[in-house]
Amino acid sequence: MSLHATHRDAGQVTVVDLSGKITLGDGSALLRKTIRGLLEDQRRRILLNLADVDYIDSSGIGELVSGFTAVKNQSGDLKLLHLTKKVKDLLQITKLYTVFDVFTDESAALRSFT
Amino acid sequence: MALTTKHLEMTLETQVESVNLAEEMCLRVAEAAGFGEDDCYRIGMSVREGVINAFHYGNEERPEKKIHLAVDLTAEKMIIHVLDEGIGFKLADVPDPLAEENLLSTSGRGIFLMRAFMDEFDVVPGKTGGAEIVMSKKLPAPGSASPNGQSGQNATRKREA
Repeated sequence: MSLHATHRDAGQVTVVDLSGKITLGDGSALLRKTIRGLLEDQRRRILLNLADVDYIDSSGIGELVSGFTAVKNQSGDLKLLHLTKKVKDLLQITKLYTVFDVFTDESAALRSFT
Repeated sequence: MALTTKHLEMTLETQVESVNLAEEMCLRVAEAAGFGEDDCYRIGMSVREGVINAFHYGNEERPEKKIHLAVDLTAEKMIIHVLDEGIGFKLADVPDPLAEENLLSTSGRGIFLMRAFMDEFDVVPGKTGGAEIVMSKKLPAPGSASPNGQSGQNATRKREA
């Protein structure tokens, strides 16, 4: 599988540690399944740790946006942590960097959920 | 694959696995042609997006249709053709993914990424129907390939002009 995902609780926030590629097929599908699963468990404060995600294609970007919208629609928050340079560049050129709350420090990210 | 290849063609099935296959094949050509790491990333991503476009939008994920990929390596540039067997489309009809109303769209960024990452990009009617994506990247000057290839930045300036 192109993507691996585990999650852990940090107070009211669920941190999802992702590694690999978020691309068309298994990667995008796993991200979708993970976020939808958390929402079904009433976990609406989600921090995606992308430190080990080195590649995202347009399908993966679409899945990030889909997850963001799904969480927002349930009055939750989905934020991003530790973007690699390639992922940061992609979000910047697609203007999504300003849509997502992006953090470089996990403690600061956790504190931002209120 | 021999490094002396100047023209390469392959017919791909309309399936997800073809996306990775096409990307890997073009990456090998790009590396052999002397592109640096960043340009290889941009070329690979563009091929990926071109084949995703053919798979999803052109061929509508119908397995009886094929995706035709061709790579030409000239003295000046690497040219990539991705042809589908769909009904074709016009670039002017593709929504701008940077428009405020499209920012939260879950699709429609593939064409934008190819335009941003390649030096030249166009969509033409395929000779046998469908849409043919034609995109190219100028070869690095001998000895100039570096991890920080500049082609993508040039493309961005061109788009803003």
